[in-house]
Amino acid sequence: MTPVQTEVAQRRGTPKDSDGTPVISVRGLWKVFGPKAERVPESAELCGLTRRELMDRTGCTAAVRDIDFEVAPGEVFVVMGLSGSGKSTLVRCLTRLIEPTAGEIVFEGENIRDADDKRLRELRREKFSMVFQHFGLLPHRRVVDNVAFGLEIRGMGRAERVKRALEVVELVGLSGYENSYPDQLSGGMQQRVGLARALAGDPEVLLFDEPFSALDPLIRRDMQNEVIRLHHEVGKTMVFITHDLSEALKLGDRILIMRDGKMVQCGTGDELVGAPADDYVREFVKDVPRADVLTLRWIMRPPTDGDDLGGPELGPDVVVREATRAVLAAERPVKVVENGKLIGLVGDEEILAVVAGREPEGGDVR
Amino acid sequence: MTVAMEKPPVPEPPQPAVPESDGAPVAAVRRISRRVVIGAILVVWLVLFALLRGTNTLALAAADLTGPHRWLNDLNDSIGANRNSNPLFLYFFNEIRLVIDTLVTFVQHLISQPSDDRPLPQIGWLGVVGIAGFVSWAVGNWRVALLAVAGFTFFGLQGLWQESMDTLALVLCAVFVALLFAIPLGVWAGLSDRGNRIMTPFLDFSQTMPTFVYLAPLTLFFLIGGASATITTVIYAAPPAIRITAHAIRTVPETTVEAADSLGATRWQSLLKVLLPMSKRTVVMGVNQTIMAALAMVTIAALIDAPGLGKTVIQALQSLDVGTAFNAGLAIVVMAIVLDRVTTAASARAEAARRSGGRLRAMRRQLVVAGAAVTAVLVYLSHTYVWAAEFPGEGDVGSSVASGADTASTWVQDNLSGITNAFRDAITNGLLNPFQTLLTDSPWWLVGVVLVGIGVVLGGWRAGVTTAVCVGLLVATGVWSDSMTTLASTLVATVMTMLLAVVVGVWMGRSTVADRLIRPTLDAAQVMPPFVYLVPFLALFGATRFTAIVAAIVYAAPVAMKIIADGIRNVPETTVEAATSAGCDTWQIITKVQLPMARGALTLATNQGLIYVLSMVVVGGLVGAGALGYDVVAGFSQGQLYGKGLAAGLAIVLLGVMFDRITQAAARRTSA
Repeated sequence: MTPVQTEVAQRRGTPKDSDGTPVISVRGLWKVFGPKAERVPESAELCGLTRRELMDRTGCTAAVRDIDFEVAPGEVFVVMGLSGSGKSTLVRCLTRLIEPTAGEIVFEGENIRDADDKRLRELRREKFSMVFQHFGLLPHRRVVDNVAFGLEIRGMGRAERVKRALEVVELVGLSGYENSYPDQLSGGMQQRVGLARALAGDPEVLLFDEPFSALDPLIRRDMQNEVIRLHHEVGKTMVFITHDLSEALKLGDRILIMRDGKMVQCGTGDELVGAPADDYVREFVKDVPRADVLTLRWIMRPPTDGDDLGGPELGPDVVVREATRAVLAAERPVKVVENGKLIGLVGDEEILAVVAGREPEGGDVR
Repeated sequence: MTVAMEKPPVPEPPQPAVPESDGAPVAAVRRISRRVVIGAILVVWLVLFALLRGTNTLALAAADLTGPHRWLNDLNDSIGANRNSNPLFLYFFNEIRLVIDTLVTFVQHLISQPSDDRPLPQIGWLGVVGIAGFVSWAVGNWRVALLAVAGFTFFGLQGLWQESMDTLALVLCAVFVALLFAIPLGVWAGLSDRGNRIMTPFLDFSQTMPTFVYLAPLTLFFLIGGASATITTVIYAAPPAIRITAHAIRTVPETTVEAADSLGATRWQSLLKVLLPMSKRTVVMGVNQTIMAALAMVTIAALIDAPGLGKTVIQALQSLDVGTAFNAGLAIVVMAIVLDRVTTAASARAEAARRSGGRLRAMRRQLVVAGAAVTAVLVYLSHTYVWAAEFPGEGDVGSSVASGADTASTWVQDNLSGITNAFRDAITNGLLNPFQTLLTDSPWWLVGVVLVGIGVVLGGWRAGVTTAVCVGLLVATGVWSDSMTTLASTLVATVMTMLLAVVVGVWMGRSTVADRLIRPTLDAAQVMPPFVYLVPFLALFGATRFTAIVAAIVYAAPVAMKIIADGIRNVPETTVEAATSAGCDTWQIITKVQLPMARGALTLATNQGLIYVLSMVVVGGLVGAGALGYDVVAGFSQGQLYGKGLAAGLAIVLLGVMFDRITQAAARRTSA
């Protein structure tokens, strides 16, 4: 089931090159289900237990354990993990649909965990929107009324909210279906309604909880492209939950991999593939076509004295597949140049090692 | 979390290690030995019966009373004496009665009883028929509207207009009050786990009880009459609505509620814009159940002097006037069909209506206005002119129905009495009498020990303890002997019900065609108020215990059949396929695969069968079944037997609880 070609997100700026103030920063977040859950994060001893041991000892399940991350403005941040890894719980903790047990969620300088009910509702109405795996549409309302639902909740007048809803319906490509009922639409179209509902309120952050998992593969791809398009058009910050690595690589600027509630690794797609943090991640990314994900930065060798420096130049962030032809055509090794400075060389050897799918001998090449 | 329904996606906390450690082989040994134990209990019982027959039977003649009965009589008297001085009555019970009474009287004046200075109700037959047709059309469709008009006109033709309207008035009041409480309570039970936990035992209990037993205690507080009847009906009819509303709220998909939350909906907004609209259809089904339950109860409430069709039936039954009873029973059946069809159509409509584009909807609005205008004219006419107020004619159709039924009954008794009597006598002498003798002539402690023993073996220790408590209380009620007679009839009827239900249920479960043919009949049969079943069997078998038993079988069988059919159907296809490929013939598949795998359904069917049979056997007290049912009825009509009637009512409850606990525990065991 290895995809022939994995599409990779174009980098649109990571926290490193943004102005440094993240939209959301999560610190030491815990969610423990079970009796007297709050004692678990507090006790160093209990923190150290595995899930199974914790369950036997206390009857508690730690769905999210000590997670830290930051999301930059305009970034698509993907949380990936298998089912049961706690990723859906994590995204629900962000707007406290599930109440976190410990930790901080800072949004624009405000700790969401300190918000009272009223403030929390305001945040949910104005700042965040969520798209759900099973859509969560209202079967008794037409598409346009479903899309306008969030605006209605805010208390917006009928004429105004219908106008706005129709705009968004058009934006997600559902024109002509405004007056249909959800069960008259296909799964993909229903999720477009879900997407439109989330966009209608013009939120700052969009949260996606495995939005396309329930869809057919072809429709899933359409919808992924739709999200990419919308991201270009409206430029929202997005937190995207998925269990599908190719989806994560395609959409995510950065990807956080979770396992058993813990963070295993967090980085860009090429970082995960080029430098997996442990065997779990390595196993995960094993089947990814490396040439589609890795950039020259990951495969270049440091220049040594005897090298012939007469070859053409390429940037370090060029994906290997795109560089292949140029490197193989060149007589001499290609120079990898960043900001006018030579940082490495790539020859036929290096390229072929990746394209032919050989494992890199050492972990970190950098 | 803004809405309580939301549940964290946690795996269930581990159950404290299930002690069902017995693997398949051990369980097999256990099951066989359970049968052996029951056999042994029965043998010991028979031996001791032979030795101790006739001692300690606690028999009590019909007019005799015991201490507790006299105490209850005194209580009744003292309540009667202090009704207007005791603050609890003055400010609580009397107030409730007053409010309900006002409501009932108001509706009666509107449609059934002469009001103030008028010799006729405010709205005459034409107006009522018009309203019935219009409302049925507005909430349902034109077909049920026609049905409603035809049905209501038929009441008039039967010469039962006023009685029917009395029944309708009581049903409307009771349903109105019941829904007033039931829907908010249902929403509460749906939203809050605590609410659900508080409510469930009450609902379970109230649905276990035979309709009959609600009557006696309530008359103590609310006197005999329309108010008591309405209050009883409310208590009986509200539980289904509460349950179904709670269920509807609970089955709204969690994602949808979560989506509303994530958009910042308040609890109130979630409730009004998401939960209630999405449960609407199911709630309307709950309203249907409530209406049907109310109709069943209102007719039975005739025993405590509720006006209406029930009263006609009961008076006719007591004088064994089959024709009149049949005529009035037919009216009840017609009313049941009309009410059921209209509310069912209403619940199906919600869907279709909103889909049918804008143009049709606009047209419909005009039609509704026009219909309302026509109805208003009809109401005005019926208010003003005698011809539209009083149903014309002498109810000739009714008399011909009655005389037809009489003729048929006489013919049957003249010509078929050979067959029916032979059948009756065979069952009575072959099964019922010996069993009843065994139960009533054994010493009470022996029967008690046997019951507790069976309870323990079938249902485990907790069921055994419940049984012991019930037996103890049964002795204390002073109507032990009558209870045993009722028990005998109930058990015999249940056995026959189950035999019938297994045969038909298996057939329905295996054949889709059979299911499609039979199920509508069963559905219709379940809608009927119980005691209309008595009438035809009274014609066939005369006034005996046996009549009540047959009526009980007919009343209880539909439920049991449906449960068994569903149980058989739920046996996985692959298992049946595997058995077929192993070379089983049909009989082997039924006996070795389908019935064993539907064991849970069989036990559940027995449970429901027992409860239904019990309530019917008791109603059979009206047609000569004697025992507890007779005690209750006599208690309503004769002051000095009031206490005994109340005690008998309590004994029925105890029997019901006992059956229910044992069979439920057994069901839990078998399906575990």
